[in-house]
Amino acid sequence: MVIKVQNLVKRYNHITAVNDISFQVEESTIFGFLGPNGAGKTTTISILCTLLSPTSGNAYIAGYDCMKYPSEVRKSIGIVFQDSTLDKDLTGYENLVFHAYLYNVPKSNIKNRVNSVLNFVGLYERKDELVKKYSGGMKRRLEVARGLIHNPRVLFLDEPTLGLDPQSRANLWEFIIKLPEEQNVTIFMTTHYMEEAEVCNKIAIIDNGKIIASGSPDELKKIIGGDVVSIITKDNILARDQIERLLKLQVSEKGNELYMTCNQGETCIPELIRSLGDKVLSVKIQRPTLNDVFLKLTGKTIREEDLSESNSSKESVRVYKRRH
Amino acid sequence: MELNAVYVIVAREFKKFIREKSRLFSALARPLLWLFIVGAGISRLVPDESGVPYTQFIFPGILGMTILFSSIFSSISIIWDKEFGFMKEILVAPVSRFSIVIGKALSGTIVSTIQAVIILALFPFLGLKLGIIQLIEAIIICATLSFCISAFGIVIATFYESYESFSVIMNFIIMPMFFLSGAMYPVKMLPPVLQFISKLNPLTYGIDAIKHVILPSIGGRMTPDFSFKTSLAVIIFTSIIFVFFGAKAFERKD
Repeated sequence: MVIKVQNLVKRYNHITAVNDISFQVEESTIFGFLGPNGAGKTTTISILCTLLSPTSGNAYIAGYDCMKYPSEVRKSIGIVFQDSTLDKDLTGYENLVFHAYLYNVPKSNIKNRVNSVLNFVGLYERKDELVKKYSGGMKRRLEVARGLIHNPRVLFLDEPTLGLDPQSRANLWEFIIKLPEEQNVTIFMTTHYMEEAEVCNKIAIIDNGKIIASGSPDELKKIIGGDVVSIITKDNILARDQIERLLKLQVSEKGNELYMTCNQGETCIPELIRSLGDKVLSVKIQRPTLNDVFLKLTGKTIREEDLSESNSSKESVRVYKRRH
Repeated sequence: MELNAVYVIVAREFKKFIREKSRLFSALARPLLWLFIVGAGISRLVPDESGVPYTQFIFPGILGMTILFSSIFSSISIIWDKEFGFMKEILVAPVSRFSIVIGKALSGTIVSTIQAVIILALFPFLGLKLGIIQLIEAIIICATLSFCISAFGIVIATFYESYESFSVIMNFIIMPMFFLSGAMYPVKMLPPVLQFISKLNPLTYGIDAIKHVILPSIGGRMTPDFSFKTSLAVIIFTSIIFVFFGAKAFERKD
């Protein structure tokens, strides 16, 4: 286990940002930390990166205690923060060389290593341009490249695609998923885009500072209990009655559609049509998404949450930090 | 201390310094205005009796001013780095806070000393006669003072999170430090309260040490205010204190 977290708690005055969480991450996998804004993701990352001390609990990276051996931990990790941490007045190449010196990469190795990570993220041709001329996607790729220079065991990506256009996002994912194998590194990423978490080997869903579920994307989707099938019929009342009686399925109605969850959508649909005959006007099948999982677990969608109270709790944490 | 880290922090600052030529020119404009316009104007009010012409008297003060502005500006670029996120890149690196502070202080020292040397090269235009030894001594003192003020700037920078505080720093720290440093008038001629404040200002001692080296020793009102040894000791000692506090302040974690 390259990351081990035990009963981690972080409190700011009356706000509990992280509330007794525990999890483990296996070497060379992609671990996703999912949750709405303000759920405690960035606070957890900050503790793992030794930028914050927890109120209580333990965290280990590559076997080193984050509180006792911050320097060893720092050597073992690379970080891409939510907001850019590049020097825009330096070139891409210079930013990476700066990093190599900070992490004590042997001088004879620096040039090779920098050029190799630049190639890996496809920025070699643009390396001598000032970073302020880079697009948002290029900056993010440069930061990922920078995080890899010193061959870290774990690379933290905090909302790596935030603020990127769909094309740059897709582009970024393309090489993030290659990282564990090609660069031999474990990825710890946070995101509040549920669909992006599909690439993870393991996911932990965090809400209000607590982990409410964890497992592989498929395991989590099993919480939903199968595929959602929706149909429109000529006579919904009659159809509903028939489905509940013949197929023994729970049916709910929303608008003019009937919804039901079945273990296997593929076999469920023919049965439905057989029992309802020509009353069926249209059929739709929907595979469960991680969004549905979040909805089921918390009773709200992750985006709704964005707009409501959790933003204000994040804001109060920020205000608190500024004052102290 | 991680020498590689210190080196690269200094190299970054230096690279940016030589890349932005306009920054150098505007930084040099200020001392020139004070020396040749303000200085020339006030010199008409000051009788020549003390043997040191006023424009020569303020020359060490103008060197001090050059150092004060460029050292503090260099150090408070830390606030800039905090605001634009780059500081995080440095703070998560396996580098001690002490190395970061030394790196930043040396960045300010190099940039300021270069500017001070350019201003110092104007000495013949003021009618001063300086030998090579005096020039070397002056440069060493300028470098020491630059280090001291840069370290002071780092301590200041740790208190602020955003660049909006810039005008506060300018009006309540930099300008008073300049006016109460013995740059434009001897400290011993000030009212007691202002004399007292001037004596708490490390810049006062730096300028005083430069006066010892480059002003002709004639005596009278225009002479240095403290002994050379005192002045030198104060700037070295305060440098150490500022570096210590700077490193401590960086250590803060909530």
